[in-house]
Amino acid sequence: MKNTTQNYGWVAKSLHWMSAVVVIGMFASGWWMVELNYYSDWYRTAPFIHKSVGVLLLLLTLARLCWKASNMSPDAVGNAFEQFMAKAAHTVLYLLIVVICVSGYLISTADGRGIEVFNWFVLPSFGELFSQQADTAGLIHKYSAYGLMGLGLLHALAALKHHFIDKDNTLKRML
Amino acid sequence: MKKLILTAAILGALSTTASAAEYVIDTKGAHAFINFKTSHLGVSWLTGRFNTFEGSFNYDGKSYDNAKIEVNIDTTSIDSNHAERDKHLRSDDFLNVGKFPTAKFVSSKIIDKGNGKLEVQGAFTLHGTTKNIVIDAQKIGEGKDPWGGYRAGFSGTTEIRLADYGMKEVLGPTTVMLDLHVEGIRK
Repeated sequence: MKNTTQNYGWVAKSLHWMSAVVVIGMFASGWWMVELNYYSDWYRTAPFIHKSVGVLLLLLTLARLCWKASNMSPDAVGNAFEQFMAKAAHTVLYLLIVVICVSGYLISTADGRGIEVFNWFVLPSFGELFSQQADTAGLIHKYSAYGLMGLGLLHALAALKHHFIDKDNTLKRML
Repeated sequence: MKKLILTAAILGALSTTASAAEYVIDTKGAHAFINFKTSHLGVSWLTGRFNTFEGSFNYDGKSYDNAKIEVNIDTTSIDSNHAERDKHLRSDDFLNVGKFPTAKFVSSKIIDKGNGKLEVQGAFTLHGTTKNIVIDAQKIGEGKDPWGGYRAGFSGTTEIRLADYGMKEVLGPTTVMLDLHVEGIRK
């Protein structure tokens, strides 16, 4: 269950892969849904699901960060430069997820309306915190999402590099 | 001499009331409104307004021959009380405020049709396109205010089609009714 010096425990692994699937799914749904118009059956449903899942992703990520903070992490692999870049990239990945979730929240709650999370609960609004909030948060949301996809791809390619080129256990310990 | 002074005084008083006075539209006190109304699914009226605009009008209190009005609207201030809808309206699906952050009306001629009715003709620029429109208006009132100023107020209505201003009409012909109220403070 817990991480060791050489391996991630199943809690960390589950949180990682669930996040990966959800983040990619959220990007795909976001990319698709903004092109919908009133004639589509999904015009209201897609954003509803996207926002509900987004709130849950934020909670998942916060739980993940708590778990990470209260546990050891496996020893870093690679040379000094690789270790620094990995730490930096992973930090930015966490940061982008949080920024995307928060900016998404700020788009929809700018008018004081909360966000309905499926039919379970409503996340309340803090109101409009700054002018043009919906539009500004929207731009941050969009460009951070593109950034996350780019960095995520780099992250995956780096893992494959470690696996196939360096032949170390970087990827294996997360599987 | 007395007659001359008296005549000058009378002329002075008369010219004060007869001069074409410039009024500033009272947006500081929010005594002016640019409201719009359009059909939602043919089922109800969706209304909203533009919160930020400024303008002025000239009116001499007697005739509308030299009267004019000019209003500049900040299109980013559209407000239909729904963050996601307003964000959509500002996007390039509709107003495209990034490219067209302002809309403008400049009157060319105001005709007094009698019975208190006015016809305000002018050029309306929206989404980068200018069209001649007519606003059916009326004076609501005018007079001194309790704080040393002099105010005059007018209301007007007009209708526009989104397509006339280069915007897509996704759900069929889209008419937007504009409901305009201005109160000006004489300078």
